[in-house]
Amino acid sequence: MEPLLVVKDLFIEGYSDDQWNPIVNGISFSLKKGEVIGLIGESGAGKSTLGLAAMAYTRQGCRISSGSIVFDGMALLDMSPEEQRKIRGTRIAYVAQSAAASFNPAHRLINQYAETPVQHGIMDFSTAEKQAVDIYRQLLLPDPENIGYRYPHQVSGGQLQRAMVAMAMACRPDIIVFDEPTTALDVTTQIEVLAAIKRITDQFGTAAIYITHDLAVVAQIADRIMVLRYGNMVEENDARQMLDNPKEAYTQQLLAVRTYRKEDNGAASGQQPMLKVEDVSASYNDKEMVLENIDLSIKRRRTVALVGESGSGKSTLARVITGLLPPIEGRIVFNDTELPPALKYRDREDLRKMQMIYQMPDTALNPRHKVRSIIGRPLSFYFGMNGAEREKRILELLDMIELSAEYIERLPGELSGGEKQRICIARALAAQPELIICDEVTSALDQLVAEEILKLLQRLQNELGVSYLFITHDLATVKAIADEIVVMLQGRIVEQGEKEKILAPPHHEYTELLLSSVPEMDPDWLDRVLDARKDAA
Amino acid sequence: MAFLRLLRESPLSARIGIGMILVTILAALLAPVISPYGETEIVGDVWTPSSSANWLGTDQVGRDLFTRLVYGARNTIAIAFATTMLSFMIGTVFGFLAATLKGWFDLSLSRVVDILMAFPTLIFALMVLSVVGTSIPALIVVIALLDCTRVYRLSRAVAMDIEVMEFVEAARLRGERIWWLMRQEILPNAMPPLVAEFGLRFCFVFLFIAALSFLGLGIQPPTADWGGMVRENAGAITFGILTPLWPAGAIAFLTVGVNLVVDWFLHIASGLKDYE
Repeated sequence: MEPLLVVKDLFIEGYSDDQWNPIVNGISFSLKKGEVIGLIGESGAGKSTLGLAAMAYTRQGCRISSGSIVFDGMALLDMSPEEQRKIRGTRIAYVAQSAAASFNPAHRLINQYAETPVQHGIMDFSTAEKQAVDIYRQLLLPDPENIGYRYPHQVSGGQLQRAMVAMAMACRPDIIVFDEPTTALDVTTQIEVLAAIKRITDQFGTAAIYITHDLAVVAQIADRIMVLRYGNMVEENDARQMLDNPKEAYTQQLLAVRTYRKEDNGAASGQQPMLKVEDVSASYNDKEMVLENIDLSIKRRRTVALVGESGSGKSTLARVITGLLPPIEGRIVFNDTELPPALKYRDREDLRKMQMIYQMPDTALNPRHKVRSIIGRPLSFYFGMNGAEREKRILELLDMIELSAEYIERLPGELSGGEKQRICIARALAAQPELIICDEVTSALDQLVAEEILKLLQRLQNELGVSYLFITHDLATVKAIADEIVVMLQGRIVEQGEKEKILAPPHHEYTELLLSSVPEMDPDWLDRVLDARKDAA
Repeated sequence: MAFLRLLRESPLSARIGIGMILVTILAALLAPVISPYGETEIVGDVWTPSSSANWLGTDQVGRDLFTRLVYGARNTIAIAFATTMLSFMIGTVFGFLAATLKGWFDLSLSRVVDILMAFPTLIFALMVLSVVGTSIPALIVVIALLDCTRVYRLSRAVAMDIEVMEFVEAARLRGERIWWLMRQEILPNAMPPLVAEFGLRFCFVFLFIAALSFLGLGIQPPTADWGGMVRENAGAITFGILTPLWPAGAIAFLTVGVNLVVDWFLHIASGLKDYE
C-alpha cells in the first residue's frame, strides 16, 4: 500500500541569536493509512516542530530549509500557501496541548467545531451540528446533544480536550497531529482522553502522529515509535519491539525512567512529629471550604507525599502551612510550638526553618538576579553573612547541588530547566531549613531530568536530615521518594499512612482509581484497565 | 559594558535619535560658549531675516534668535527632565506600594488618582498655577503631580503582573520587607516598560510646558523657552516671516529624537526579534 505521508530528509531551522540554528536534522519517516506513529523525546528534541511540519507549517521564526513532504501524492512544500491552507484542517488536522488556550472562550464549542467544515464549504452548519453530536457521543462526552452549546469554560479540562479531538475530526481528516494532548491533564482524566483518541482513530481509520514525552502514554496509542533527541532520530521501531528490545542507550534510559526507589535512610518512624497540622480548614472566600479538617504530621528526615488531582487542595494546604493563607480553623504546630497563622506574625527563625520549592523554576527565580544574589540573599538575610564568607558558602551550596562554581555569575535565563530547579533547591538549603515543601517540583521537567532532581533531593535528605512535604499528582514520583503518603480528594484526606501500606491492597476506592490510572510501559495496559473498569461497573 | 554592547547592536533609527538628543543636550550645556550674544540682550531690529550677524534672525524685540534657542534648550530640557524624574519617583513608589500592599491602600489611592485623572490636565494646571503663581519650582511640582497619575497607573499594572510571580512569593516567605520586594524583586523586572514610558512622558512634559508657556502660564519672560518663543513670535507668521518656526522646529526635533530612542527601548522590552 502506498504510504499516506512521506517525509524525506527534512531539515528545519529556527532563528535566534542572529542566526539560523538547526531544530530538525534530516528526519525521514512515512505514515500509512490508519497508522499511528508516536514521536517521543524531551523538550527541545524537535517533536512539535516536526509534527507541525507534517502539515507543511512552521511556527514563526522557523523555516523548512530542505527536504520533501509528500501527502497523498502531493508535494506539500511545492504548493502555494492557498493550496496548503485547503489541506490543513480538512485533510490534516491538529490537536494542541492546551485545549483551554486553544479554544476561543467567546464562542460555543459547536460553533468552533463547525467553523472548519463550513469555512471550507464541505457542509452547511446544520449538518455539521448533527455530526458534532455524533462525534461527541463517540468520544463518550456526557450529554452529547447539549454539551456543544456550552462555552469552553463550562466544561472540564478533560472534556475540553476531547471536544478538541472532536473538532479535529470534523472534516474526517486522513491524518491528525496530536501534540501532547494529555500532558496538562490529571492521570484519571488522561486515561479518558487516551481512550477517546484510541477509539476514534480506530473507528475512522485515521492515521495519527502522536507527540509526547511520556513513553508509557505513547505505548498505548502508537503502532510505531520514533525517538528524537536534539533534532535527530535516535531510534525508530515497531512499538512493541521497541519496548521489548530498545537498541539505543537513550531509549533504554527513557524506558528505565520511574524505576528509581529511595533506600531506607533509617529514620525512625516512632519519633515525635516535627510539623503537625491539626484539624485545619481553609477557604478563599469564607463560604466554600477548600480544605476541611486536615490532620497530618511530618517527622524528621522523612518524606510525606501529598497526592491528589488538580483542585484537590494540595497547594492550598502548602499555603496554609507557610502562612500565606491563614486557616479558618485549626493550628499549625512546629517543634511543639504553635505557629502564628499569618505570615506577617511569624518571626524570622520560624520562616527560616520552613522553605519552599516551586513547580515552575522559571517563575520562581527572579530573572534579573544572578545566581550569586539568589542563593546569597537568604545567607545574608538569615545569618548576616557577607563578603568572602558568603561567597564561600554559595560555592559550597553550588557544590551540594552538583553545579560548578562558574554558575555563580549566571542569570536564570542562562540555565536549563533542571539547573534552575537546582538553584531553587540551593536557595532553600541556604536557609538551613528543617522542612522543605516541594510543590510539584518535578512536573515541569523532562522525565530524565526529573529523576536526577529526585535523586538529588534524596541525597540531600540523607546528608542533611531535612524533611520534605512532597506535593504531587504523579504517583510514580510518590513511589520513588515517599515514606508516607497522604491522598487528598476535594479538600479532604481520604487515606494516609506508610507508603507500603497505602500502595498495597486493599486500597481505598479513590486511591485505587489513582493507582490504576498511571500508565505503564505495556502496550496492552490501556485496554486492560478499561476492560477491568467495564467489568467492575 | 552591557550598555555599550546594546548601543553597538542598536538600529540606525535609534542612533539617529541618540544623535539628535545629544546635539540638543550639548547645545544646552554649552549655551554660554556657543551663543554669540546674551540670553536677553537686544541686538538689532525686530524680526530681521537671518544674516551673518544673527544666524536665525531676531525675535519680536530684536534679540538674537539662535542665542534664545540655545538658552531655551537649557530651560526646557532641564525643567522637563526634573519634572519627569519627580513624577516617576512619586508614581512608581505609590504604584508599587499599591500593587504589593493591595487592600484598602490600593483602593483609596487608586480612587484619588481616578479623581485627579478626571480633570483635563491643562485646565487643572492652569487653575493651580494661577493660584500658586508661576515660579519654576511650582511649575515642576504641579506638572509632576499631574503627570504621576499616569505613571502610577502604569507602574501599578506592571507591578501587579510581577507581584504574583513565585519569586516574589518566595521573597515574602523569606520574610523580606516591602521595600526589598519593591526595589529588588519588582523594580528590575518593571524597568523596560518604565524606561520606555519615561521617554514618552518626557516629551509630553515639555510639550505641556510649551503649551502652558504659549498660554502665558509657563516659564515667564524674559527667560527663554521654546514654547514661549513660539507664542511670542506667533504673529510673525501672518507676515510671512519664518521666525516662530525655528523654536517650533526645535520642539519637533527633540520630540522625534526621544521617540526614536523610545521605540528602540520598547522593541527591546517587548522581546521582539527582527528576522533578516
